[in-house]
Amino acid sequence: MSTGSMEQLYQQVILDHARAPHGKGLLEPVATAGESHQVNPTCGDEVTLRVELDTSVPGSPRVERVSWEGQGCSISQASISVLHDLVTGAELGQVDDLAGTFRALMHARGAGLDDEAEDTLGDATAFTGVAKYPARIKCALLGWAALQDALIKTGATTSQEDA
Amino acid sequence: MNPIQDTPTLGPAELAAVRADFPLLTRTVRDGRALVYLDSGATSQKPEVVLDAEQDFYVQRNAAVHRGAHQLAEEATDAFEAARAQVASFVGVSPGELVWTSNATSAINLVAYAMSNASLGRGGAEARGLALRAGDEIVVTEAEHHANLVPWQELAERTGATLRWIGVHDDGRLRVEDLETVVTERTRVLAFTHASNVTGAITPVAPFVARAREVGALTVLDACQSVPHLPVDLTELGVDFAAFSGHKMLGPTGVGALYGRRELLEAMPPVATGGSMVEVVTMERTTYAPPPQRFEAGTQMVSQAVGMGAAASYLAELGMDAVAQHEAVLTQALLDAVASVPGVRVLGPTDTRDRLANVSFVVDGVHAHDVGQVLDDAGVAVRVGHHCAQPLHRRLGATASTRASTAVYTTLEEIEVFREALAGVRAFFGLTDSPAVPVG
Repeated sequence: MSTGSMEQLYQQVILDHARAPHGKGLLEPVATAGESHQVNPTCGDEVTLRVELDTSVPGSPRVERVSWEGQGCSISQASISVLHDLVTGAELGQVDDLAGTFRALMHARGAGLDDEAEDTLGDATAFTGVAKYPARIKCALLGWAALQDALIKTGATTSQEDA
Repeated sequence: MNPIQDTPTLGPAELAAVRADFPLLTRTVRDGRALVYLDSGATSQKPEVVLDAEQDFYVQRNAAVHRGAHQLAEEATDAFEAARAQVASFVGVSPGELVWTSNATSAINLVAYAMSNASLGRGGAEARGLALRAGDEIVVTEAEHHANLVPWQELAERTGATLRWIGVHDDGRLRVEDLETVVTERTRVLAFTHASNVTGAITPVAPFVARAREVGALTVLDACQSVPHLPVDLTELGVDFAAFSGHKMLGPTGVGALYGRRELLEAMPPVATGGSMVEVVTMERTTYAPPPQRFEAGTQMVSQAVGMGAAASYLAELGMDAVAQHEAVLTQALLDAVASVPGVRVLGPTDTRDRLANVSFVVDGVHAHDVGQVLDDAGVAVRVGHHCAQPLHRRLGATASTRASTAVYTTLEEIEVFREALAGVRAFFGLTDSPAVPVG
């Protein structure tokens, strides 16, 4: 590989997550779980993602567990794996913020975001280079679309507006 | 361009001349890399004669066709109809049997909706032969592009007919031996591809047509992949209908063609209705123009049709035997290239017999999107995904694949660039079989 642009796109973090994705393997559905199936119609990639909430604190539900099954390119698989790590344990408000920040990163054309925003994203900043390749943005967002839809299915959130 | 006559293939000088006709091929991509365009199966590049024909139409002759008594209208109509004659002659049919459509998908849908209308009684007694009802069967194949599958699923839903299909072997070739059992007296339509856009396998048309005739079924041929690469004579093939697109055969987007045997087109009720396709209109009812105008409602894509005519002439001048022979060499080179890289599986025949230079493959452990990305970094443009053939991919055990496909302007040198880039893919993702060199 010549120009180094492939190394920028496929950061080691992404390759590692793609090789050994976190949260892969669907857990048994429970009453507080929501599930979503999403497909990327251009390549046929798909994900089924299940999110389970901890509603023990009234008015402040958290993501208890995320599990998923699916197949796709390294960008989509790594993105779901990173998503799993980021949102597990997070309050729903935080999840909305993370989703919004990640979406902003995907529309930054590879320029990245400010330090504060990038700090909240952790490993997900490794996807900065994906935003230079318009055809791949959908891959990185597949899992996030599934998460948003699954959260709506839990009934704990009604909005699917972009944060 | 040098006309090449009586030449079985394109020599180096001819190929260089052909490439010089395609301005886009000289551009670079991704930080100055020479473009290696191996995505002609999706859409081909266009020679200058096609671009000039479109431009010339607008600069010199633009006017509404088939109406108006002024000179420009005459010239525009002449250009439009001359293009029809060029394309018709290119595929061995009469101009009156060739309907302009916006693409091949709309050509196939035109047949399906005309049959649908016939099933509702439109077109009267003449169209009865095109009508379907519950108990009738439509047969397709498992190798079809969605464009030659979904319209038939929909027609079956609308009419109560049953959809059946001919399967494929593990190498992607159609199970011709199943024609006897799958195509029966109940079959009314047999729709099949001339060449798969995934496997590159060329269909032996004769047994399909023979079986359809035995049972009185109509044949619909998807000729999108064959017409740009092989000599195709639709009359000789004996199919009832055929669809192909302009943009895959060096012509513009926005134009395609439907061939229909004249007597069938004459019996067919219209689909899109309105201006330009009528004889007499009263407030109560309308009589329709004879084909092909009956199926060309509204303002047509005239400049694109003229461009498609120029593309057909360009290919005819090169000679389709020479084009096919050149691409046969490319087929072997592509298959060799893919076979030389460990961990790569071809979806389709691995021999060159009855096969186009259209090679889809799966790289073990690397998703097609990722393969395509790494090839793109080397300047190599390929298609990734399911290529609008999900059932075929499922049958061949893949969700997505990478496809390298050629056209008349493709060179062996380009295939070598492709081979080198492909050879680096698994290593880049840390999957090399030889001494592992982890990335990063």
